[in-house]
Amino acid sequence: MASDPIVRLVGVSKRYHRGAETVRVLEDLDLEIDRGEFVALMGPSGSGKSTLLNLIGGLDRPSKGAAVVAGRRLDRLSDRELARWRARHIGFVFQMYNLLPALSAERNVELPLLLTGLDRAQRRRRVRTALAIVGLVHRRRHRPNELSGGEQQRVGVARAIVSDPDLLLCDEPTGDLDRKSGDEILALLEELNRRFGKTIVMVTHDPHASARAHRTVYLYKGQIVDRIPA
Amino acid sequence: MKRQWINWPAQVAALTRFAFWSLPRRKGSVAVTVVGIAGVVAVFVGTFSIAEGFRQVLQKSGAPDRAVVMRSGADTELTSFLRREETRIIADAPGVRRRRGRPLCSAELFVIVNLPKRKTGMDVTVPLRGVHSEAFWVHQGVRLVAGRRFVPGRNEIIVGRGALAVCRGLELGSQVKLGRVRWRVVGVFEADGGVEESEIWTDARLLQSVYQRGTTYQSVQVQLESAEAFDRFQAALERDPRLNVKVLRQTDYYADQSRVVTRLVTGLGGLIAGLMALGAMFGAVNTMYAAVAARRRELATLRALGFSGGPLIVSVVIESVAIALAGGVLGGAVAYAGFDGLQTATMNWQSFSQVAFAFRVTPSILARGLACATLVGLAGGLWPAIRAARVPVAAALREL
Repeated sequence: MASDPIVRLVGVSKRYHRGAETVRVLEDLDLEIDRGEFVALMGPSGSGKSTLLNLIGGLDRPSKGAAVVAGRRLDRLSDRELARWRARHIGFVFQMYNLLPALSAERNVELPLLLTGLDRAQRRRRVRTALAIVGLVHRRRHRPNELSGGEQQRVGVARAIVSDPDLLLCDEPTGDLDRKSGDEILALLEELNRRFGKTIVMVTHDPHASARAHRTVYLYKGQIVDRIPA
Repeated sequence: MKRQWINWPAQVAALTRFAFWSLPRRKGSVAVTVVGIAGVVAVFVGTFSIAEGFRQVLQKSGAPDRAVVMRSGADTELTSFLRREETRIIADAPGVRRRRGRPLCSAELFVIVNLPKRKTGMDVTVPLRGVHSEAFWVHQGVRLVAGRRFVPGRNEIIVGRGALAVCRGLELGSQVKLGRVRWRVVGVFEADGGVEESEIWTDARLLQSVYQRGTTYQSVQVQLESAEAFDRFQAALERDPRLNVKVLRQTDYYADQSRVVTRLVTGLGGLIAGLMALGAMFGAVNTMYAAVAARRRELATLRALGFSGGPLIVSVVIESVAIALAGGVLGGAVAYAGFDGLQTATMNWQSFSQVAFAFRVTPSILARGLACATLVGLAGGLWPAIRAARVPVAAALREL
């Protein structure tokens, strides 16, 4: 029996109001992503990729339509419920890593676990496992400014997977890295998908990165299209 | 994985910890706020320590088993007037303690003299009290610390330690002109820090003569048999048709005496401290806005990871209060080191005379100073905290 898709967006629109002007970012969009899929979101700047990722990750709500992710109607949750839901189901990987500069790598990775009832020893074990997966156990005591960009992003990935979320949302995870470091991160994401069955949605501008995904969803002017017009 | 999700307080604790870890990166703006709030608290504590020091001096001067008798309608000794016959009736009233058969009643004359202030040379008013030997029994705290008592009938004075500290020309052995007469200082006394230490004493009869007061006095200080004897004593005097007097327990009299000055000092000081607190509050608001702006990326990331807005507000406010409290502790310490025990004098507006006293920084004043700092921190942190929590996470992440 096929399982329900982990992401199901039905007739989703997103509009922003800028003074009297209404900006239509996403327009009547339908999308399904199955568990275990590795999906790349591509499109030109302003096409709505990041907005779509935010809707899937519960960082934003649709203006219209239904967003069902990991079994919950996100458009019906309060801010507090959304925060709790995010902590439970979503792992974020940001383009600029978004690590807390005052914390060591292991403390950064530990952050999502502070929202769980795990005791310190359990948290330590999980942090070590996550850092081992990204190959950074030996750099665990270093602060972000003592790590290279690639290493910082690997810490970001470790933080995203440490609480064992259902869905990894990556917003241009290689956008700030050189090709070699970017390839290492892509290889890591691939491994997480293949070996641990993580569902991954990755926003990217880079065809080289999207080639690693099972499927690429193209966005153009707020709508899903078969290919980006030339 | 089965997970239990932690509650609000634990989120607050974690967010507060991160805020404190990031403090070293913001040490400049934090230091400015700490110093600003320290200034507010130092002024606050300094002001109240003046009022407290003044109040303590007058409080020490009173005892519940002593009474002050003045002309009915007089608020202070200065405006009172009692004939010698009246002082004798008072001495014979029930409830007065006796020593070797003699009532412990001290009929006293009270005049104001001008003397140059030691620090500025400007004239200040000092009480010159005319007393009889009974005064040394009734004012029990009064003890000579140098020299001897004045001899009745001679132009001799003894001076309180506070008056000596405040005024020039009162050194032991020196001569000083008060009114039209030159007086020799023959003794220096203390009074357990009481208001008498700000006075000059001499023989009452001589003072009556020099100031042409006939045989009148201004007050009678009475040592009662006990504190409970006061009501009996008061009732007897107020019932007596030969007298037109008011009887006050000494503690009430001095509490009343300190009221104007303490209200003036705390009122003015409170106003100054209040205005400074307002300035410091804006400083705290700025610091916390800057803190929130500097941590915008962190806060947005933490909220994306699942931390809620409510705990974020509380953690920012806790940080603000902690910074304010650091300022409060610094200000309190500076005020304690700089003011506590500092000797000064001020005008007692009810007796129109100088009262020497020391600033008193008490634990209660320090606690009030810290409470003031806490309020500044709360008010300063609340709006930036609410603003930080209200920014939509997606928007905050986009602006990074």
